[in-house]
Amino acid sequence: MSTRPPTDGSDLDRQLAEVQQEIERLRRLSRDQGLSLEDEIATLQERAEALTTAIYSNPSPWHIVQLARHAQRPRLQDYVLELFTDVIELHGDRHFRDDPAMFAALARLDGQPVMVIGHNKGKDTKENIARNFAMPYPEGYRKALRVMKLAEKFHLPVVAFVDTPGAFPGDAAEERGQAEAIARNIEEMTRLRTPVVVVITGEGGSGGALAIAVGDAVLMLQYAVYTVISPEGCAAILWRDATRAAEAAAALRLTADDLLRLGIVDQVLPEPFGGAHRDPEAVFPKVRDALRTHLQDLHRRPAEELLGRRYAKYRDIGRIVDARMNGEPGGPTNLRP
Amino acid sequence: MLNWLRRPKYGTLQRREMPAGIWAKCPRCSNLIYRKELDRNLRVCPKCGYHHRLSAEERLAVTLDEDSFVEFDADLTSADPLGFAGYAQKLEEAREKTGRGEAVLWGEGRVQGRRAVVAALDFYFMGGSMGSAVGEMVARAAERAHAQALPLIIFSASGGARMQEGVLSLMQLAKTSAAVGRLHGAGLPYLSVMCDPTTGGVTASFAFLGDVVLAEPGALIGFAGRRVIEQTIRKKLPDDFQTAEFCLQKGLIDMVVPRGEMRPTLAALLAYLGAPQVEPPAPSRAAPGAAGEEESAAVPAPERP
Repeated sequence: MSTRPPTDGSDLDRQLAEVQQEIERLRRLSRDQGLSLEDEIATLQERAEALTTAIYSNPSPWHIVQLARHAQRPRLQDYVLELFTDVIELHGDRHFRDDPAMFAALARLDGQPVMVIGHNKGKDTKENIARNFAMPYPEGYRKALRVMKLAEKFHLPVVAFVDTPGAFPGDAAEERGQAEAIARNIEEMTRLRTPVVVVITGEGGSGGALAIAVGDAVLMLQYAVYTVISPEGCAAILWRDATRAAEAAAALRLTADDLLRLGIVDQVLPEPFGGAHRDPEAVFPKVRDALRTHLQDLHRRPAEELLGRRYAKYRDIGRIVDARMNGEPGGPTNLRP
Repeated sequence: MLNWLRRPKYGTLQRREMPAGIWAKCPRCSNLIYRKELDRNLRVCPKCGYHHRLSAEERLAVTLDEDSFVEFDADLTSADPLGFAGYAQKLEEAREKTGRGEAVLWGEGRVQGRRAVVAALDFYFMGGSMGSAVGEMVARAAERAHAQALPLIIFSASGGARMQEGVLSLMQLAKTSAAVGRLHGAGLPYLSVMCDPTTGGVTASFAFLGDVVLAEPGALIGFAGRRVIEQTIRKKLPDDFQTAEFCLQKGLIDMVVPRGEMRPTLAALLAYLGAPQVEPPAPSRAAPGAAGEEESAAVPAPERP
């Protein structure tokens, strides 16, 4: 059992918050009372910068969760605009409605046609509300599946961008079969006879992420996260205390480096110091190059080979123990005496 | 005589949930029921129809033909791949409590003479949660059905993915769905039976992928938890929300089947979906109330030594 203390870095966070509060207080004082506190403020600002650098240069899992959720982090629409040309958006699941939390489009990468799907977070609060914070309803997943089948039919590779807190947990979503929609997508993606490349750009929120994230190559930005449950949810269930999320974030092994080690992602795409939002222009070429490389590689492989490799990849994920080490592995055990 | 269950390691798991004694109190209608009568009735309350939860062994005992079951992978269990705080201990406690290595039991058996690969999740083992080992065994069950050209029947009872294995657990959704997908591709029937409760990652993978999806009466079936949904939509959900009957009405499942009718229903479905019958149906043990069958009526597990 691990006795590793949680390296959540929340001490640094707290110090930084305190320093920033103090700066605010001095500013107010200097404004309201006409005092000259410039030197004190400058000193504190230096301290705040040092703390920020310390936090960014070795971010804890919990910091990485914050970066993955950052409001200024590049969104699906940024990637689509920057990486693709001739974008034609497709809408609707043909059964219920068009889910704005899920994006689907025909597009070209270096002139080559692909089908793009992805969770669609907004740029501001208004857009986020309209897009339900990229938490799809079943119809969102069914739209994604519909266009994936279209891609299969017309021999187009699929590029999926993953960035969601999770599938929407609402009563209407349940009634329309949220679980079934996710299950169906996962199964169909394991059998889709066309290359699938997945890029986890922000939050990979559990089943709601996996429902468009089964692929031949799974890429992940350095400060994206991918997890079976949110750290807050995990802490609430395990310790009945959502404020211990930082601890849970460390325990869940949800960072790109962890997932590369566990064999769940194939490649980690580095981000600029402090996160993708600090220099998006540095991120796009990295994503473009990786997509190009993987699509070129997958393009020349026959569908049978793709499916065989894809199956084997997911089949092998997991760690188990056979307690009967000297017995015949996998042999039958007859319950009869 | 469920002598296939008479293995010493199962001797300790009887009468969980219910206090020992001759009488059992129904958690729904609060009536006192003579325990033997409850067992004879497959642990369905004779007064109100409440379906008590069953362990995986009990589930197979009330479903399969006598002496027809051969178990596989009984010694397979989860590792603690992330070194997750408290997980090793929880696993140990679950093993103690259930006498099982993991939250699923699978093998080959017969339902009224029809051979099938059968798996049952055990809610008493860490809430039936799916980590690497459960995912592995469900995948192996589907692969064996594929290799042997047999139908697959899975009884689910699970809170979902097992948090303590992090994304490895999430990936079991992909692993199990991929294996079931191959079965679908091969044209072999897969019947999914949702028992109380079937939620989270298990619903979002193999449980909803059955060619026919059945459920026991009153079973809780859903993706997100009631509390999370109520917090999200800021209103109270109706009492019957996410019950088997609710799911049936919403078109999410094919049928709700009382425990006593499950065996003949599964056999009839297998007959339609092309499962070969290898021998004449064994005398039915699961027909409560049928004349002259009192003695042979299935007694799930409690009578074991």
